[in-house]
Amino acid sequence: MAIKDKLSGNEAIAVAMRQIDPDVVAAFPITPSTEVPQYFSQFVANGQVHTEFVAVESEHSAMSACIGAEAAGARTMTATSSQGLALMWEMLYIAASLRLPIVMSVINRALSGPINIHNDHSDSMGARDSGWIQLYCENNQEAYDNLIQAIRIAEHKDVQLPVMVCYDGFITSHAVENIELLEDEKVKAFIGEYKPEHYLLDKDNPISMGPLDMPAYYFEHKRAQAEAMKNAKRVILEVAQEFEKLTGRKYGYFEEYKMEDAEVAIVIMNSTAGTAKFVVNELRKQGVKAGLIKMRVFRPFPFEELGKALSHLKAVAIMDKADSFSTAGGPLFTEVRSAMFDYARDTKAVSYIYGLGGRDVRTDEIMTVYQDLLEIVRTGEVKSTFNYLGVRE
Amino acid sequence: MAYNLKALTEKEERITGGHRMCAGCGAPIVVRTVLRALKPEDHAVVGVATGCLEVSTCLYPYTAWKDSFIHSAFENAAATVSGAEAAYRALAKVGKVKGTTKFIAFGGDGGTYDIGFQALSGAMERGHDMVYVCYDNEAYMNTGIQRSSSTPKYADTTTSPAGSAIPGKVQFKKDLTMIMASHNIPYVAQSAPFRNLKDLYEKAEKAIYTPGPAFLNVLAPCPRGWRYNTPQLMEIVRLAIETCVWPLYEVVEGKFILNYKPKNKLPVVEYLKPQARFRHLFTKENEGLIEEIQKEVDRRWNRLLELCGEA
Repeated sequence: MAIKDKLSGNEAIAVAMRQIDPDVVAAFPITPSTEVPQYFSQFVANGQVHTEFVAVESEHSAMSACIGAEAAGARTMTATSSQGLALMWEMLYIAASLRLPIVMSVINRALSGPINIHNDHSDSMGARDSGWIQLYCENNQEAYDNLIQAIRIAEHKDVQLPVMVCYDGFITSHAVENIELLEDEKVKAFIGEYKPEHYLLDKDNPISMGPLDMPAYYFEHKRAQAEAMKNAKRVILEVAQEFEKLTGRKYGYFEEYKMEDAEVAIVIMNSTAGTAKFVVNELRKQGVKAGLIKMRVFRPFPFEELGKALSHLKAVAIMDKADSFSTAGGPLFTEVRSAMFDYARDTKAVSYIYGLGGRDVRTDEIMTVYQDLLEIVRTGEVKSTFNYLGVRE
Repeated sequence: MAYNLKALTEKEERITGGHRMCAGCGAPIVVRTVLRALKPEDHAVVGVATGCLEVSTCLYPYTAWKDSFIHSAFENAAATVSGAEAAYRALAKVGKVKGTTKFIAFGGDGGTYDIGFQALSGAMERGHDMVYVCYDNEAYMNTGIQRSSSTPKYADTTTSPAGSAIPGKVQFKKDLTMIMASHNIPYVAQSAPFRNLKDLYEKAEKAIYTPGPAFLNVLAPCPRGWRYNTPQLMEIVRLAIETCVWPLYEVVEGKFILNYKPKNKLPVVEYLKPQARFRHLFTKENEGLIEEIQKEVDRRWNRLLELCGEA
């Protein structure tokens, strides 16, 4: 029987980490992720886990210590936000290229400057090409579920890549919601024991990791890394199916909400999807064929699947909670539209950048996005491809 | 057992020949001597900061390391090895490790005094059972002899060049050994590949087998950067010690111990002369600079004598 509880997103993540009982957690506090290592270190202090908690002096050292620990053969986890993730940048790429299945919660927060502690996706979006798998979460339940699945995905022998589980700072991390937890032993059985193939502490088979890699080999190693990311696409679905059997909760690359007969839709990530679903329901009451796609897996990018899912629409708005300052839309827009070029060329696509630095996104604002889409459908004309939502111009 | 270099060289080498370090470089001697202090039955996890040592000893698909080896980046050898050590403790709790593994990090002065200083301080403060060894060649040699905070005053480097207006690096060398002693960790020592390597070997053994964090700062001359004749490596080290530019001492549980006191303390000029990085100090327009260096060497030496109860 599943355990019904009421937890904040950070509490849910800390509970999942207690149930996972990793060998090493190395972390440095940063708002709004601070509670994760804080709750977890209490589990350590109470002897509820066997984990070695390494209270490092910076996020750069957090990721470096995670790399050392995971390379040594330990199941390793961490958590961070914003500047913390930015300080880890260099090491993110190295963790991925060393093929170390570290699992990290990223509690999304705007990047400085100006300094801001509230939510947007500029932190994890900036890390999108670091070679990490990225899973995004609408709410506490998804954060909990994704973190448990992340262990299996990361450690799968055909993948061996690190995973970021991203959820919205404060909105998800600090808001208390109803949640269904698994029993400890079910989590333990689901994730299984970590048995790395090659690791530093295997004294009978010493290994050198992190060599200088010259032009004769570097490209092949990066190619192998790309292949692992391809494999991750398959493994993510396999793990999701197994997780569904255990919990009844279904996960894929993205969630399609009222998409079957939809004519207009938005593509969105994380907590704003919840707000937007309310708007879809309102529009449906008015007889508008509105739908929504909520991304779960951004890396690897579900190019074909997403492109096809948008092909029957007349118009779609892709909403980014991060700007790439390319003057040509946010990162999600760019990639979704690229997929649409192959699979949904007749669907009109527009970009909206919204909610930067924690700016509230209200239902009436999302309603205006759908109204804009309906106008595009009515006139057959896109007046403005690149848009900002909810900002004083 | 009394120290016997000949007998010790019969121990199996833990870093193979055929690596690509320069002839006359101090660093591989430091590494071989430190690793020689490991008990043959013990395994080691060695972490190395980006630098000459790393790029010359682990070039895919080859490795010169017989123990487990990890390089991740420049500024984080201490943090990386601290993670591996934490893994060892965690896995030991659940019976997943066999035998004894020791943890050793190596970094040059760039990776230790400068860019890796924070990670080093953090790892030492946290109390990991590991040794951090700095092979100090007093500049960023891997990128082509740029000044570091370890470069001695008035040395000519490519970012502190000796010119007609500025005679080389204008700052004195940072005293990292003293800074690490102030971390109040169980063992800190300053050493060099001196004479029959006894000083370095014995300090490495203490550092490796003292529980908790230990720091070794080891002078490792660089023929390219210091511009001495390569066969003169050991002589350069000897002069650094005999002039008291690089005193040999250790700090055991906070107690300062002087390991070598020159019978006749040589003037610093003897050390500067064979190194072309100091050549400009011997010109007429730079008169008086050597005297300034001598004063600072004397000041630091006298302070060390006081700390060691030798004054």
